[in-house]
Amino acid sequence: MGAQKKGSSRVSEDAEELARNPLQAILLADSFATKFRPITLERPKVLLPLVNVPMIDYTLAWLESAGVEEVFIFCCAHSRQVMDYLESSGWHKQPNFTVAMIESNNSISAGDALRLIYERNVIHGDFVLVSGDTVSNMSLTHAVKEHKERRKKDNNAVMTMVIKKSKPSPVIHQSRLGTDELFMAIDPDTNQLLCYEERGEHPRGAISLENSLLADNPSISLHNDKQDCYIDICSQEVLSLFTDNFDYQHLRRHFVKGLLVDDIMGYKIFTHEIHSSYAARIDNYRSYDTISKDIIQRWTYPFVPDVRFSANCTTKLEREGMYKAPEIQQSRSAHIGPFTVIGKGTRIGDDSRITHSVIGEGCTIGSNVSIVGSYIWNNVTIEDGCELRHAIVCDGVIIKAAATLEPGVVLSFKVVIGREFVVPAYSKVSLFQQPTAQDSDEELEYADSSSGAIDPSIADAGNKLNGDIVSESSQMQDWSTSQLGPGGAGFIWSACDGGCEEEWRHSVAPIPTDKLAKALLAIEEDLEIVKVSDSALTPSGELEPGSDDDDSDNMDDSNVDTVDFEKEAEATFLRAAQDNIAVDDLILEMNSLRLSYNKSAGDCTGALFYPMMKLALESPHNTAVELQKNVASVVSKWHKLFEVLAKEVDDQIELIMKFEEMCLESTKEFAPIFSQILYLLYEREIIGEEAILRWDDERKDADESDRVFVKQSEKFIQWLREADEEED
Amino acid sequence: MPGPQLLVDEFVSQLRKRKVEGSQATAQLTAELLRTVISQLRAAEAPVLIETVRKFGRELIAANPFELSVGNIVRRVLRIIREEDASGVTYGLPSDGDNQETADCTDGQVSSADVLATRRLLRSPSLHGLLDRVPNAHADDMGGKRKAPADKNAKAWMLKHNVMEAINELVEEISGCHQQIAEQALELIHHNEVILTFGKSKSVMEFLCAAKKKRSFRVYVAEGAPKYQGHCFAKDLSAEGFRTTLITDSAVFAMISRVNMVVVGAHTVMANGGIIGPVGLNMLALAAKQHGVPFVVVAATHKLCPLYPENPVVRLNELKSPSDLLQFGEFSECMELAPDSSACVLNVVNPAFDYVPPQLINLFITDIGGHNPSFMYRLIADYYSADDFIL
Repeated sequence: MGAQKKGSSRVSEDAEELARNPLQAILLADSFATKFRPITLERPKVLLPLVNVPMIDYTLAWLESAGVEEVFIFCCAHSRQVMDYLESSGWHKQPNFTVAMIESNNSISAGDALRLIYERNVIHGDFVLVSGDTVSNMSLTHAVKEHKERRKKDNNAVMTMVIKKSKPSPVIHQSRLGTDELFMAIDPDTNQLLCYEERGEHPRGAISLENSLLADNPSISLHNDKQDCYIDICSQEVLSLFTDNFDYQHLRRHFVKGLLVDDIMGYKIFTHEIHSSYAARIDNYRSYDTISKDIIQRWTYPFVPDVRFSANCTTKLEREGMYKAPEIQQSRSAHIGPFTVIGKGTRIGDDSRITHSVIGEGCTIGSNVSIVGSYIWNNVTIEDGCELRHAIVCDGVIIKAAATLEPGVVLSFKVVIGREFVVPAYSKVSLFQQPTAQDSDEELEYADSSSGAIDPSIADAGNKLNGDIVSESSQMQDWSTSQLGPGGAGFIWSACDGGCEEEWRHSVAPIPTDKLAKALLAIEEDLEIVKVSDSALTPSGELEPGSDDDDSDNMDDSNVDTVDFEKEAEATFLRAAQDNIAVDDLILEMNSLRLSYNKSAGDCTGALFYPMMKLALESPHNTAVELQKNVASVVSKWHKLFEVLAKEVDDQIELIMKFEEMCLESTKEFAPIFSQILYLLYEREIIGEEAILRWDDERKDADESDRVFVKQSEKFIQWLREADEEED
Repeated sequence: MPGPQLLVDEFVSQLRKRKVEGSQATAQLTAELLRTVISQLRAAEAPVLIETVRKFGRELIAANPFELSVGNIVRRVLRIIREEDASGVTYGLPSDGDNQETADCTDGQVSSADVLATRRLLRSPSLHGLLDRVPNAHADDMGGKRKAPADKNAKAWMLKHNVMEAINELVEEISGCHQQIAEQALELIHHNEVILTFGKSKSVMEFLCAAKKKRSFRVYVAEGAPKYQGHCFAKDLSAEGFRTTLITDSAVFAMISRVNMVVVGAHTVMANGGIIGPVGLNMLALAAKQHGVPFVVVAATHKLCPLYPENPVVRLNELKSPSDLLQFGEFSECMELAPDSSACVLNVVNPAFDYVPPQLINLFITDIGGHNPSFMYRLIADYYSADDFIL
């Protein structure tokens, strides 16, 4: 064997290797996120219909046509349903295309999934890693070839990420798929990925590049107009890397960043940009809407409704992008507008208007119904006179006469909306109650009886429903006092942790104009600041272009510097608070920041005090007493910081004055409990006795308005003075 | 019978995913597939064969309804079976009662005169029929002399054998069609002429190459947006040593007055003599009409579709991905939805085909000679059986 190897040239060896290893793919049929709740409580995300075809069919059809020969489907939540579907769909019968299932009950992240696959030892070479909600028509051969050639030269090139140009909206800083704006630093010569930052983690769009990046790479191009397609071509090492680093959970947040930041192992990630072909992943309701529209607009050709890429009935494309399946009963007076898909066996009544929507199979739509931009799945009944705008309506829903769905509504399976009921905008309605104990830290997937995160009763109900069904009559009794109007059935879920005001970002409804206007206003304000500061790309200290210029003589400049410094300090503190960085490290960082901006320790404490109090304010509280408790806990956590930074009496006075200012202006919530907090700070030895007394002295001849807080803490000051005298 | 079904499924999936495109390749693959299917079939009676081919044919056509040559070949094969069956019946044992089942247009007792009548029934009288009659009759006589098969199985086997041979001929005909067409080039292209063509076509290439051997002429190529196959074609032509000029589609009208003849390929020839071709062809045909420039279509007989364009079964156009026209990334902001409605601001339509009506076409060059558009329906009667128009 050895002799043979010597004899054969390297090229032929590679050719042999290529021939031996068919291209494999891992398809994660579980996104390990909860963005599609409540729908995903009952059905796995990959089986949700996208333009009347389950999402996983798009992914499988693409993988098959792109030359992948072996696919391992990893499923976790609702794995039974996924398996049953694949059994029935005929994907197992394809020639030159094997589909194998890997089932797991206790994986809670992509990391767990890959570790499990590594244990199974089924991957024998380079593989394609995608999730089951990817829609694409790109050709993999080129990307895979590129990856393999790179591997030959450099064994550390473990992954090739597929990216695509797509400009994010400059106003609301999210891509058209509803994901956060993404910053990538790429070496333009080698396409190596150097930095990957999502905007969501960096308020105000500030990203920092490490100095070494600039030093080591002759050229770097920084992009914010690239979209991550979540299609990765990986080498086997990726799996073992996940096994070695058992804390890697998220593919991007942990794995990619881990490799980029930690260059000890020297592994590199490269990018492959696609131009004319399409690739996107359905991450949230907005991308569901966008990708559906792209499919109807035929960007994903040949994966479009009128080409039978999966076992599906023939749909015909008519004028103006109308797709119609056979056996549709449509009233003559009904008007079906452009870019609409109507499924098999649907009935549409008189004078109904449907535009820009997808209607599933076997739906019954009454007369005078108006449907705009909505996604209606199978066997839905919509009675006369209803109005639907930008809603998702799942299988088996009944909407009684004259009800209205406002934009952004999601109705989960078998919900009933009562007569003339108006479902408020962005509400999600399900037959299940919203799980109360939601662990937001852990990115848990859908309801699964085996995963303990969800109320067991709900999971039970889910299983029963899947097993078809909780008896209808008993259910009806429960709904007699329903939130959904007379005869309605279902619970309205309250907005989840993202907060109601952020709901519009990820919903199916188009972005409301007032939100756009508001965001535009905010941008203009931002721009003004930038204009004043004269530097477009600043906040990060390392990149500050004018730092060695003589900025001290310019009053305006130093002013701006202060603003910048405060911002930076705030950001540093918040990051520290988020990531639980040790106090000592933070002190070190603050000191270096202070020096780079040429600021005093007093400036520093002032700048830090504000975010700290804000942090206390942000954690939930109802009464002043609770707020005080919050403050106490925050202060006790960070007091060491101030002990070190605010050693001098002057700094401490500065701190008190800053606090005073805050109570008057930005955070009025603290005003009533000013003296209590002052006492707290005293007790924690952040503020010394001397500082308080001197502050009192300074304020003696000030205006009445300035003495509000001095008065409030009169008792405390008096007590201090008395204690002082006693000591004497 | 898992064998044939598997093969058909594979081909269907290839058609479905648009992996097989181009009418000649599709026609050839279809003919070869049907040959394999028939050869693997256990039964050999004509009705069984017809039913099987029909069934698979329907699947194949549904897989890509825009590729009409699939349907053409399926119909051709059906016609072959019917014809062989009819001749087999005549020369089989006349007393065999089972013939009533196998032959659907003749009775048990058949005379030699009936045979000829049957043949005429199948092949409606035409100029070609008259010319073909003599050699055919001769062949029939030969078949008559064979006459050996004594039992039904052997006769069925004979039928199958004949069908297979006929399909072999069909496959050869498809693969050799370009040569047949090219032979006529010298009569049409003269010295120092200017020929305008559109997009890329293998038939046109062979046609021009054949003429080049004896004539010297210039070729203009319209680029054929949005696929720009004309670019590739111009490159191939210049590699062959033609004096080639590439023009944009929009310059066609300006250039047409200098052109002596337009030679184009077609996707499908319809029964009325109209053609379906690459998008932009109708514009070229209109320009040619306006300036009285002959518009010649080069198309092999496997492109001849027995259906009329008005038939609802015929899907005239397929809309391809807009990415041929513009890059998604560059225009992603235009794809944003307008805030007040759910409509995209920018819509892109990318049809693949164009229909050119027969009155704009002067001549068809097929592998069986040159024909007028109005003669097409006669050719159809020669090649297809009316029973198979609707599968």
